[in-house]
Amino acid sequence: MDITILIYQAILVVFIFSVSLFVAMYSTYAERKVAAFMQDRIGPDRAGPFGILQPLADGVKMFMKEEFIPNPSDKFLFVVGPCVAMFTACISSAVIPWGDSLSINGHILSLQVADINIGILYVFGVVSMGVYGIMIGGWASNNKYSMIGAIRASSQLISYEISMGLALIPIVMMSGSISLKTIVEQQQGIHWNVFVQPLSFLIFLICAFAETNRTPFDLPECETELIGGFHTEYSSMKLGFYLFAEYINMFVSSAVMAALYFGGYNFPFIHSLGLSHNAVTLLGVGFFFAKIFAFIFFFMWVRWTIPRFRYDQLMKLGWKILIPLAILNILITGALMMIKAS
Amino acid sequence: MAPYFFYFLAFLAIFSALMVVFSKNPVYSVLFLVMTFFAIAGQYILLNAQFLAVVHIIVYAGAIMVLFLFVVMLLNLNKELEPHKSSLLKLAGVIASGILMLTLIGTFRGATEQVVGAGLSDGLTYNNQVGLVKNLGKVLFSDFLLPFELSSILFLSAMVGAVMLGKRDKEPIEL
Repeated sequence: MDITILIYQAILVVFIFSVSLFVAMYSTYAERKVAAFMQDRIGPDRAGPFGILQPLADGVKMFMKEEFIPNPSDKFLFVVGPCVAMFTACISSAVIPWGDSLSINGHILSLQVADINIGILYVFGVVSMGVYGIMIGGWASNNKYSMIGAIRASSQLISYEISMGLALIPIVMMSGSISLKTIVEQQQGIHWNVFVQPLSFLIFLICAFAETNRTPFDLPECETELIGGFHTEYSSMKLGFYLFAEYINMFVSSAVMAALYFGGYNFPFIHSLGLSHNAVTLLGVGFFFAKIFAFIFFFMWVRWTIPRFRYDQLMKLGWKILIPLAILNILITGALMMIKAS
Repeated sequence: MAPYFFYFLAFLAIFSALMVVFSKNPVYSVLFLVMTFFAIAGQYILLNAQFLAVVHIIVYAGAIMVLFLFVVMLLNLNKELEPHKSSLLKLAGVIASGILMLTLIGTFRGATEQVVGAGLSDGLTYNNQVGLVKNLGKVLFSDFLLPFELSSILFLSAMVGAVMLGKRDKEPIEL
């Protein structure tokens, strides 16, 4: 481990961090534009050309608002809540392989911060930590709406984590690895997992919606029943953290889905173009981001199309439909693999 | 470098474990327990047992402690409502947990001999590859197959029991 590698890693971390913040920032703009398009409106168009500076204006607004901590709340945990939410959202991108390697001056530089051999489990670990941000914030507010929102959120996250994990097992069985890099490398060309495991992808997609608290699963912040859900009492940048963490989560889960099921940075016929290794890598990164943006658009599309579930429907879907389906998928995959091997 | 990490994590684990007991607010106790689990996961990483570390986080910190937090928040415990325990009960608690600690120490000492007996390690040097998921899986499904399957049966029966307890009665209970 020499010093150049360390410096390179540090640069990569900072770069990925800023990219995910940037994408999350412009997701808020994209969301409003998509919503406007779906509802036949214009959307934000005042700040800069086409309203392109709207996220900056929103950010300034968030910072300038009054910082308010309610008196009966638990002051310390009230601040810790949004910090945990933001922190867990930010660290989950460490294991995502953004691209193949670059070779500069004989150094082979991988475009992945940490290729640990537990890759996908790391993502699950971080996701399961995300619930603390919501629970701590909801409880510390000392408000019954926040409390109900927090309890809804945590039971929803726990329920859907199970089916998410079970949905992933067939992929792990087929690739024989839980390192994200290996899983992506095995999807060379067009051998994407989504064609082999469509059911697994569908379950994972539904669970990703639930895990990021997006409509139709945004019960924790359901306005008509709970005012603002777990962040009812929050204002200023602490509220901003919660909202922003949701967009970062959306970005990261889009990246995870693109990597697991849509081949990550692979795309068909790239190696027959006769480009140099670095050019292929950079093209791959571009293609990976195109897939991610397609997923983010899908998230928004669903939000403005499908109404929210009722809470009992949500639980029924999670426990009585998705988990049995995921287990069935594991059994079928296992049986097929055994037939193929013998 | 590693010894410093070890001492830091050990200090963190013991400190937050003590805070679990001494915190006035049960929600803080649960959060300190989560911190203890993180410190222990850090120790696993120092031993290169990444799989164990991340499963520890997912299962204990991510699922079980969330349920604890859930229950504690819903019960809304506080000092005034809590029944006062007599010092005899406290003494019994100390003795019981002391005996449990002795049992655990005895078990782990036995486990070392068993691992040596299975030829996985010589008991003196640490094989830093044993905690990787591939090796762990192989060991679990060959040398420790019976205990592994027995514990899964235990989990299954616990699950069936939970479902039975949670099942709604056919006759609605008159309130």
